[in-house]
Amino acid sequence: MIVDSIEYGIVIDHITAGFGLAVIDQLAIDKRKNTIACIMNATSKKYGRKDLVKIVNVVDVDLAVLGLIDPNATVNIIEGGVIKKKINLKLPDKVVNVIKCKNPRCVTSVEANAPHIFHLVDAESREYRCEYCDDLITVKGDYGHENLR
Amino acid sequence: MLKGRSLLEPMDFTMDEFEEVFTLAEEIIAEPERFRRVCDGKILATLFYEPSTRTRFSFEAAMLRLGGQVIGFSEPGASSVAKGESIADTIRTVACYSDIAVIRHPKEGAPRVAASSTDMPVINAGDGGHQHPTQTLTDLLTIRCERGSFSNLAVGVCGDLKFGRTVHSLIKALSRYEGVRFVLISPEELRIPDYVRKGDLVKNGVEFKEVERMQEVLCELDVLYMTRIQRERFFNEADYIRLKDSYILDAEKMKLAKETMMVMHPLPRVTEIAVDVDDDPRAYYFKQAKYGMYVRMALIMSLLGLQGEEQR
Repeated sequence: MIVDSIEYGIVIDHITAGFGLAVIDQLAIDKRKNTIACIMNATSKKYGRKDLVKIVNVVDVDLAVLGLIDPNATVNIIEGGVIKKKINLKLPDKVVNVIKCKNPRCVTSVEANAPHIFHLVDAESREYRCEYCDDLITVKGDYGHENLR
Repeated sequence: MLKGRSLLEPMDFTMDEFEEVFTLAEEIIAEPERFRRVCDGKILATLFYEPSTRTRFSFEAAMLRLGGQVIGFSEPGASSVAKGESIADTIRTVACYSDIAVIRHPKEGAPRVAASSTDMPVINAGDGGHQHPTQTLTDLLTIRCERGSFSNLAVGVCGDLKFGRTVHSLIKALSRYEGVRFVLISPEELRIPDYVRKGDLVKNGVEFKEVERMQEVLCELDVLYMTRIQRERFFNEADYIRLKDSYILDAEKMKLAKETMMVMHPLPRVTEIAVDVDDDPRAYYFKQAKYGMYVRMALIMSLLGLQGEEQR
């Protein structure tokens, strides 16, 4: 299978196998306008299997979500057909509508339009605090995490 | 400057801003007649989605004693809330008719949703088992007026520390004062939540210990803050019944305490303080209720920016 290299855009490599489509979803790219390639279950020396996403003509996607759910993924910005910049993912200080509060006493359980807002408490333990009820949750780089919306 | 701000949890105010409110409250206590028309033309909205006696009455009495007016509901079934109106829409509507709002709600964070939906100052009068910052202002004013200082106090907090919103706010606020240490007395199931333990105590290097027996620590306390085991916070009635009489302070146990220890309680009490403690000079819980009105008068004035408008 051959997917052409890109001249200008972004390549997200080393995505946990099986979650390439979830990454595209979370990045909220306009799929109608941008050319996107998602390669699933590619061979990886590092991880055995991996997914990989290439997006043409986009370099400014919000990578905060990616840092939260797949910290092992690597991001390369491509310009003129070469890697111009490698981005190290880091945990976002604040995430909105990515994590859902599971505390049944939290107001977000009844106020449908309230955004789910979490603040990073401790990067080492990957702990986040709900803005409303202060409930703490640990997000361990997991696409299937029960708190992800 | 507190004008236009909201009070959702104690850390919304700096220690200096606390001091500002306490100083004003003491001025009101000293000369209440000077302040009786300060809020003339202003309206306080009280949105009580949960039952309340002291908090609602003290807010309403506070506004009336300042010369203002009060509108609101104490039973959500009597408002559009019963039709399913959101908190955000309710507060936007209420803001059309009033200058400041007080909200009590069973859901944690509801006052934050309200405050983010309006420019009007919003005061959290208790949100679920989360925070109750105006009770903390009451508690701190009581200690300040009766004891003089918060520093170096050994504060015992007893009862339902998991769902006790007054406890969470008190610990947050007192953690900022020098030398304060906490003795947390509760059954294992009702210990303080992680966000208080990690976020307020451990993070700020505050000395604390967690014990299950009240008798063994009474002798070391300067303040004993009793709380009710709250039936309304339990999803399981059996758990409530098993834990409800975990701690009962009575005259016999008071013999173990210092002569100067203050017994405090946000009220209402059920069985956790026997009536034979009421006449003990160390019982301060009914005085607390009175300080609550004065500190809420000071808070309303401060958030409306009316501080010192009359006769200054």
